[in-house]
Amino acid sequence: MNAPPTALPDPVAPPTRSLMHGVILGAFCLGFGMLLAITDRITVDDIAARAMEDKQNSLSQVLPATMHDNNPVTDTLALKNAHGRELTVYRARKDGAVTAVAYEIFGTGYAGEMKLMMGIDRDGKLLGVRVLAHKETPGLGDKIEVKKGDWILRFDGLSLGNPPLERWKVKKDGGQFDQFAGATITPRGVLAAIRSGLEFFAANRTILLETKR
Amino acid sequence: MSTSYKTIARDGLWDNNGVFSMLLGMCPSMAMTTSATNGFGMGVATAVVMAASSWLVAVFRNRITQEVRIPVYILIVAAMVTLVDLAMNAWMHELYKVLGLFIPLIVSNCLPLARLEAFAAKQPALPAFLDGLFMGLGFTLALTVIGAVREITGNGTLFADASLLLGPAFKAIELRLLPADMGVLMMILPPGGFLVTGLLVVAKRMLDLRAGKEIQMSGAHGVA
Repeated sequence: MNAPPTALPDPVAPPTRSLMHGVILGAFCLGFGMLLAITDRITVDDIAARAMEDKQNSLSQVLPATMHDNNPVTDTLALKNAHGRELTVYRARKDGAVTAVAYEIFGTGYAGEMKLMMGIDRDGKLLGVRVLAHKETPGLGDKIEVKKGDWILRFDGLSLGNPPLERWKVKKDGGQFDQFAGATITPRGVLAAIRSGLEFFAANRTILLETKR
Repeated sequence: MSTSYKTIARDGLWDNNGVFSMLLGMCPSMAMTTSATNGFGMGVATAVVMAASSWLVAVFRNRITQEVRIPVYILIVAAMVTLVDLAMNAWMHELYKVLGLFIPLIVSNCLPLARLEAFAAKQPALPAFLDGLFMGLGFTLALTVIGAVREITGNGTLFADASLLLGPAFKAIELRLLPADMGVLMMILPPGGFLVTGLLVVAKRMLDLRAGKEIQMSGAHGVA
């Protein structure tokens, strides 16, 4: 310690100087904070409208427009699934009667949770399944997306009894659905999600199809 | 202050390229370059944020004291990122759905911060803005090239899904160069990012050596 830090500073200056730094930093925080608050106010309605359109788009893929005359995005019902997870069910109605419902289903893929949307008509037949979000390997597991392949379309029209429950698996597990080259875990997760979605429908059929709002 | 604008442009795009010369911003360079389109999108979003924050820092450079400069820079970069994120979500929603994922990651990129400290803090507003812009464009160039190499070798395509990002008019640049299932999957997975980035750094240095240029390694030394 032959070179002590600069001699004790002037006893008066430091507080004022650090006060000044604090004021500068505070002023920048205040200024940019206000800028962000203003931007948020300006954009909040547009962003909410876009989120609504997105939801409408993903619902329209699993609830055909011919099946309803209401807006399923706003006709919702909250229910708990078998794992205690709160689900929002979107209902398609024609002349007041529920013709089909759509809700999110979840499966475990190779790289974490996959979120899917599933539409099902009142007889329990699948209208469509679409992937909303996943983290699967690009070029391998992402073939579950409709824009990367038509694998996900093969479930349309199927139901819990068709094929029988024990055949709702990938071929490797003794079921009837193709896995894709190099990826078994992803399709297996999707199938498990669809199976649980079908079981959810079977378990809650009466509540889901109730006419009252 | 007579840094010529031509030098700024050359530095940003090639001589002092953020990725290939300074080796900064390695995280997005490898994580976001699974395809040329992704790399390009990440690059453009970064360029916008860099140009805006460099300009702001230069405008306020005489107000920002030495002691609090780093928090103020981070504040400015974070504010610009949030601003771009909100505005794109509201008014360029189609683009946002593709790029939205990448935008928050810009905050964790050390390239903008390095340029604020090394350049914008000492320069007038216009050169600082241009430096941010060209460094950002150089970053875009680097990420697009890394993405292109990984996409071609890993997936056999080039600029796949470009029309989602840039509009239907760009459907024509979506190419398939190798038959499906010919790609080496590893190139799209993380190891491919390291391999391609490393090889491209080597390639750039060989080009520079052949042109008789001195190799610039400022970033590797200056900013750890």
